[in-house]
Amino acid sequence: MPTLTKPILKIHNLRKQFPGVLALDGVDFELTAGEVHALMGENGAGKSTLIKVLTGVHPRDSGRVELDGQTIAPTSPSAAEGLGISTVFQEVNLIPRLSVAENILLGRQPKNAIGAIDWKTLYQMATQTLTRLGVELDVRKQLAEYSIAIAQMVAIARGIALDAKVLILDEPTSSLDEKEVTHLFTVMERLRNEGMAIVFVTHFLDQVYRISDRITVLRNGRLVGTWPTGELERLDLVEHMLGRKVPQLSAQRVGSAAVPSSKISAKPVVKAQGLGRRGSVHPFDLEIFPGEVVGLAGLLGSGRSEVGRLIFGFDSATTGTLEVGGNQVVNWSPRKAIDAGIAWCPEDRKLDGVIPQLSVRENIVLALQSARSIFHPLSRAKQNEIAQRYVAQLGIKTTSLETTVGTLSGGNQQKVLLARWLAMEPKLIILDEPTRGIDVGAKAEIENLVAELSAAGVAVLLISSELEDLARCCSRVVVLRDRRIVAALDPSSDLEQNALDESAIMKLIAHHND
Amino acid sequence: MTQDVNLKKNRLGWQPPPAFYALLGLAALLLVNWFCIPSFFEIQVRDGNFYGSLIDVFNRGAIGVLLAIGMTLVVATGGVDLSVGSVVAICGAVVAIVLTTTQFGIVVAIAAGLLAAVGAGAVNGILITWLRIEPIIATLVLMVSGRGIAKYIAGEQTVAVPPELASPTLDFLGNGHFLGLPFPITIAAVLFVVTLLVVRRTSVGLLVESVGANPSASRACGINDTVVKLTVYVFAGFCAGLAGIIDLANIGIADPTNAGALSELDAIFAVLVGGTALTGGRFSLTGAVIGALLLQTLMTTLYTWGVPSDVAPVPKAIVILLVCLLQSPTLRSWLERTLRGNRKMGSRQVEASS
Repeated sequence: MPTLTKPILKIHNLRKQFPGVLALDGVDFELTAGEVHALMGENGAGKSTLIKVLTGVHPRDSGRVELDGQTIAPTSPSAAEGLGISTVFQEVNLIPRLSVAENILLGRQPKNAIGAIDWKTLYQMATQTLTRLGVELDVRKQLAEYSIAIAQMVAIARGIALDAKVLILDEPTSSLDEKEVTHLFTVMERLRNEGMAIVFVTHFLDQVYRISDRITVLRNGRLVGTWPTGELERLDLVEHMLGRKVPQLSAQRVGSAAVPSSKISAKPVVKAQGLGRRGSVHPFDLEIFPGEVVGLAGLLGSGRSEVGRLIFGFDSATTGTLEVGGNQVVNWSPRKAIDAGIAWCPEDRKLDGVIPQLSVRENIVLALQSARSIFHPLSRAKQNEIAQRYVAQLGIKTTSLETTVGTLSGGNQQKVLLARWLAMEPKLIILDEPTRGIDVGAKAEIENLVAELSAAGVAVLLISSELEDLARCCSRVVVLRDRRIVAALDPSSDLEQNALDESAIMKLIAHHND
Repeated sequence: MTQDVNLKKNRLGWQPPPAFYALLGLAALLLVNWFCIPSFFEIQVRDGNFYGSLIDVFNRGAIGVLLAIGMTLVVATGGVDLSVGSVVAICGAVVAIVLTTTQFGIVVAIAAGLLAAVGAGAVNGILITWLRIEPIIATLVLMVSGRGIAKYIAGEQTVAVPPELASPTLDFLGNGHFLGLPFPITIAAVLFVVTLLVVRRTSVGLLVESVGANPSASRACGINDTVVKLTVYVFAGFCAGLAGIIDLANIGIADPTNAGALSELDAIFAVLVGGTALTGGRFSLTGAVIGALLLQTLMTTLYTWGVPSDVAPVPKAIVILLVCLLQSPTLRSWLERTLRGNRKMGSRQVEASS
């Protein structure tokens, strides 16, 4: 049993402070040889920071890291590799234009008598390393000729070629399909049997229960606990990650979100049938009716954001059909979605949302303006009027309409984004994590806005990791797990079903269909 | 953290307008001239027309201004157009050849030249938007091949337009006077004002800035970035065409080897010194025009001083470097820190001695 052997890696009371954030607050962690240890937690839990401190990307502020009983303090990833800690990052750090063998042994190519690279030995060593992983491929070929899954194997091979004692896999499966995941797990099992200690970071619950021996959960930079996988119920794991007990009573609902009558009479605003995108989200069916607030729940990486992106046309679907207002659409794009009255507040508002260089006014009128012909510009007076109205309505705190949006706080940027879409008077608004990173007051305002929109007949698709908010705001919640829609909680259609509350959602996120 | 980057503000709490440093440079240069070459500011009136170094700056600067105006919008989308100098040559060659070898006349010749220039811009735009080639590579192709195309059109030689064919229209475009000022000034001024009105009074400017500042978010707003980018490259081609016609009209010779040579680099400099970042987003047409005039003032000054034209690029490079240093936030904050540090050290010494 791994728990009986002496730990190979011991972290004690690790602390790391970033400006404004205490990223790691006294974290303890133990890893034994021959175990797969899952490291879990939601965004901001401290997983990445822990790995980065461990591999020497960041220095630690205080605490102790022991490898084989020796205190270590690597100052760079290569120093950590030298000590026997190898990491395979999510974005594989390999060089596509070099051969597989060169990638595996880069920086430590065997040399011959005159100091030139000994290619024969190089290829031999690379092949041996891959054979150890049960992978057979031509190591002379360019890495670019192989799939991401193979690149992952090559990255692992690079890691273990250094006689690694500890192998850290940071979300290795997030871009792999089912078959490739199985192959990776075979490799992981093989390494575990050889006595390798593996840290496995992932968001996929099913995979954790398939492969890992122990689970450590972090939350907000603190250690929640470490459990043998067999002794930790899925529901408990989700509770630990999200940081709350399944509540006994559901919280007070905001507004009257239930929409029984219109749903029978009205046509759906959007109707997705078998809509999906390879490598992003499995085909799903989803209908959204006017005035309905539909929640999308699921852990990070469960595919909840991808559903929103597909419906808005920001990502193109590879399978299935989408009907908007009763008409099937082809070549779906944001342009067409906006014309059809669909709005989208993205998860990453800095990347896909606000345009930081432009002013509050310009950001607000942008979608409205792009929908009009360039020769029918909104007059400056009209622009000011619209911007002023939404600044007042949403309580956007800005010194003037000409203030650069990049200088506003996160909550106010989010409100500017909302204003942009409200100005369009949409029929469906997709809100992806609208309350992330904003203060409590702004959050309550946005929730009230959702209720108002719903009352006015606007359909809302609310994507959130805050289950409490979903339970409070939504008339129906659709649950995703591992890139699949696995269940829906719909009190209005299923009378026998329990009320829509946090515990029900949490159970669905955690469990198989049981 | 990342979101604080945008919060960085000038310590004085004052953000200079984009054209500020170009104006500063221009003012400094004029000040030097004020003391060193008083005749620089003399303006004479002959036959109701104005003459003098300042008028010369505007007249000869017209080509640079035209190119800078087109380049500004390209740079604002996050791109660059290296081919405008070659397009100047192509347009000049087309006009000269149509004029000297056919009977269609000056209007058709000019139309053909502009069409060729716009076509060249469209080729750039298509390479960049549809085939997703990096702007610097896509336009480099035409920069290099464009000279060859111009030579091919001109029959591998310079094409002189005989005076009887050139006058009165073509000659007027290059050397005529309107309101007492050389006509190229009018062309550049009209293009500037019209462009300014179009980009700021319609939504074009907003769309261009939005695509340049955040292409992904622009797409999410329903902006067709393909159309926006295609348009700015076509417009840059059109501006280069106008410049090519003025260049031809000025000297009456289409010179495929030297027409517009290296002018694309001057245009890029004018845009950057005018306060438009090479990374795209906010742009300043006024700043670019001032930048172009700054360069021309510099060249005229150097010639007035009798600096040979072969050597002139060296002082020109020095002035460009100085203006760029003025704009560098790193250097400015370093200067500020150094000055402040010295002051602190000074005060400490005072304390110690007391």
